Amino acid sequence: MRFFEYESRAVVAKAGIPVTKHGFARSPEEARTVAEQIAGPVVIKSQVLTGGRMKAGGVQFADNPDEAARHAEHVLDLEINGHMPRGVLVDSRASVKHEYYAGVVWDGLRKQPVMLFSDMGGIDIEEVAEQHPDHVARAHFSTTRPFSDWQAKQLVASLGITGSALNRLTPIIARLAQLFLRYDMTLAEINPLGELEDGSFVALDAHMDMENEARPRQKALLHELGVGDEETRQAREATPFELAGEEVDAQDHRGVAGNVTEFDGNLGLVIGAGGGSLTLFDAVRAHGGQPANYCEIGGNPSVRKACGLAKLVLQKPGVDKIAVMMSIVSNTRVDIVARGVIKACVELGYDPAEKIAIFRIPGAWEDEGFKILEKYGVEYADRSVSLHGAAKRAVEKIQGGAS
Amino acid sequence: MSAALFIDVQVKESVARDPEIAAKLAEVCPVDIFRAGPGGVEIVQDNLDECVLCQLCLRVAPAGSVKVIKLYDDGAVLGA
Ligand code: SF4
Repeated sequence: MRFFEYESRAVVAKAGIPVTKHGFARSPEEARTVAEQIAGPVVIKSQVLTGGRMKAGGVQFADNPDEAARHAEHVLDLEINGHMPRGVLVDSRASVKHEYYAGVVWDGLRKQPVMLFSDMGGIDIEEVAEQHPDHVARAHFSTTRPFSDWQAKQLVASLGITGSALNRLTPIIARLAQLFLRYDMTLAEINPLGELEDGSFVALDAHMDMENEARPRQKALLHELGVGDEETRQAREATPFELAGEEVDAQDHRGVAGNVTEFDGNLGLVIGAGGGSLTLFDAVRAHGGQPANYCEIGGNPSVRKACGLAKLVLQKPGVDKIAVMMSIVSNTRVDIVARGVIKACVELGYDPAEKIAIFRIPGAWEDEGFKILEKYGVEYADRSVSLHGAAKRAVEKIQGGAS
Repeated sequence: MSAALFIDVQVKESVARDPEIAAKLAEVCPVDIFRAGPGGVEIVQDNLDECVLCQLCLRVAPAGSVKVIKLYDDGAVLGA
């Protein structure tokens, strides 16, 4: 989940990283009050969960509180990429000698966080990495061993930074890495990290993204920041298809049959089982298939829920067939899922043998499940066929390469 | 006609009218296939396909009085 800049600043400040004097305002009057407290030139920044603020006019400079209030009025009314601002950040304009970049992101391939540091801040780090790779330093670190300041020092020093700047930057990078771990972030970024005329450093802007699954254990932080349980903070609003998926899952307490994400392919997916859904989604794509959706089914849902999910996917415009696949299940019954997906086909007037490209769920009660599938002529695979093998078969069938 | 595709449940007429057995069946079935009505046990047609084949209903009713039939298995009777 993403944080607004004013929230990210609060997280950074909480971690002990110096920030410029600033305040959050929801009205021009509040912006004026913050500007009066800062008592100097300020920047008014729109608080939206999207990029391109500067280009859209969502960042304005003011020399006095009256001007700050005027700019705030304009920025508060300005829609950026379809987002209306939550408020404005009124930030003091620091006199910056040099801009740096400091960030920590999750490296999905290494399965470890990686610290990034650059002496070219204020611009996109991707751009710097591409055009000036020698100005970007990287270092992975462990999520289980205690983080040491020494690791941060090595990173900064690798760009040739020495002396007082090295000593002052080290704790900032270390605290950023520590807050990344403490708050289950997937991104913690300070850009720019400004070096002021007096040689001190301050965070001039910050971006934070937290692992969505961590929300329950980060309740205290979210409460402190004023983020309510109802705020999903997803990258985009849920589509009607996805909302319908939530309704299916909410039908009863048994198992999971939901967490639907919409895509625009022609192969509907009813997939799940402890990470198996992600593997299967990737496998379908790896074999050239175009998934119509992502979803999760597991934990032994009722037939009604499995049926509801399959119906939802089958009725999605553009879906030609569905693939029902899971890794080997223990706490989900094969026969129950088989009943659900076949019932969905029958009730919608489809022939299950035609609509279900492949059913690959081995495990608990598979003998009963396979009897049901055989009765309806549905192609199924047992555990001797891998997830990739099943995904390949589904893609072949939908592409007409096999019947 | 039942809306169920996979499961049918039959209760012997004489047993079905017994309010005590009706109450027991309604209590044990984990997916609410039985309801204790004023005239004895009623089968909730909409829930039939939810049957988890647990055999609890077979245990609380007199032997042979409740039949759980697997429609997908040539009418095989559970527990038979
Ligand atoms: S076998 Fe279990 S689930 Fe099925 S009807 Fe009997 S008690 Fe209900």
